[in-house]
Amino acid sequence: MTNGYVNRDRRWHPAALTPDYKTSVARGPRQAPLSFPTTLVEETGPVFGHEMLGRHDNDLIVNFATGDGMAIGPRIIVHGQLRDEFGRGVPNTLIEVWQANAGGRYRHKKESYLAPLDPNFGGCGRCMTDAQGFYEFRTIMPGPYPWPNTMNDWRPAHIHFSIFGQAFAQRLITQMYFEGDPLIWRCPIVDTIPTREGIESLVAPLDMARTVPMDARAYKFDITLRGRRQTLFENRMEGL
Amino acid sequence: MVQPLDHLKESPSQTAGPYVHIGCTPNFSGITGVYPQDLGHEMITGEVSGTPIRITGRVLDGTGTPLRDAMIEIWQPDAAGLFNSPAETRGRADPNFTSWGRAASDMVTGEFAFDTVKPGAVPYVDGRLQAPHVTLWIVARGINLGLHTRMYFPDEDAANAADPILTRIEHQNRVRTLIAETPGKGHYHFDIHLQGPTETVFFDI
Ligand SMILES: [Fe+3]
Repeated sequence: MTNGYVNRDRRWHPAALTPDYKTSVARGPRQAPLSFPTTLVEETGPVFGHEMLGRHDNDLIVNFATGDGMAIGPRIIVHGQLRDEFGRGVPNTLIEVWQANAGGRYRHKKESYLAPLDPNFGGCGRCMTDAQGFYEFRTIMPGPYPWPNTMNDWRPAHIHFSIFGQAFAQRLITQMYFEGDPLIWRCPIVDTIPTREGIESLVAPLDMARTVPMDARAYKFDITLRGRRQTLFENRMEGL
Repeated sequence: MVQPLDHLKESPSQTAGPYVHIGCTPNFSGITGVYPQDLGHEMITGEVSGTPIRITGRVLDGTGTPLRDAMIEIWQPDAAGLFNSPAETRGRADPNFTSWGRAASDMVTGEFAFDTVKPGAVPYVDGRLQAPHVTLWIVARGINLGLHTRMYFPDEDAANAADPILTRIEHQNRVRTLIAETPGKGHYHFDIHLQGPTETVFFDI
């Protein structure tokens, strides 16, 4: 029996209006969002099969490369566990990632940074969690890049993550940062997160134990989605 | 001291940024050859029961400018009110309907479009039926946490008037921000206003 999903803690997430991140000023809603308990609509969600994945979907070093080519940059493995707020692994769910190349350049029409494109790097990848919620992909370390906000803002090196989970209520997009990057503490987008503890929960440590010797370093990034309440008692009030 | 509650905190959201299409709709963004097609491109995969409809819309910022870098996902039941999801326990949804779609807003006009079917009704937590609707999730540069909202249908007045969510909205003059226009038969248009006097009702869900 379930009692829906645990509410989002909106004081833990970034607020809609964060003026130091200028784009939020015209795009962040100003009215309070409407709260109600999750219904079947939010407690269901799309689930994709492992058979959907291509052989190199989880390897950004080769999935866009031609011939024997490989993307340029420090080779890394990113791995971790997707779990919910109660610590339960979230199995068989899709994780999509995207990132800049080693020079900090995205392959995108609107990208204007002068760093060069890497002909062997597209910048997208995807993988699925296993039966216990563990996932892994291989890529190159993305470079930091400047972005128009004030005249001198730089994004720390980061990888964007899109995560489905098992219900539409769990849908989440976030970013992973790298241990030791001094730009983390100077970034207005990172700074939209209200607490230092929250920011640190998005910083992946170097994980030498999972490094592939003479090949790739590893970073460990655990991700937490909203938890589904499970109690023996269902006592929703009339009208709720 | 008391025993610690060892619950974890949800990973904080971060904006999808201007390049969300690289990761989520790479073919749309010009990165071809990695995935055969963009996920969520098609919601109807074969002979499907119900009424085919087209949903179009835009996401507008506080200045009235349409976002041209947004990504919109929709989630809805099939014509019988069943979701194509392992978490659906009431029955089996139409196998040729995915329930889920994903679209990028057009890079020039900002318009998004979905070809889908008119959804059936789904019960609320107390068993009352909710009016037919489509759930939308909007992410873009400048949006710090993905926005949930719903599109209801202009030709469902009676169901809308009894809907447990719509009737819960304190400012009833805002209910109309959740109801689509219908510019033609089988076509519903839904503009989402991020701010201003017609700010769409967003859901804390
Ligand atoms: Fe980025």
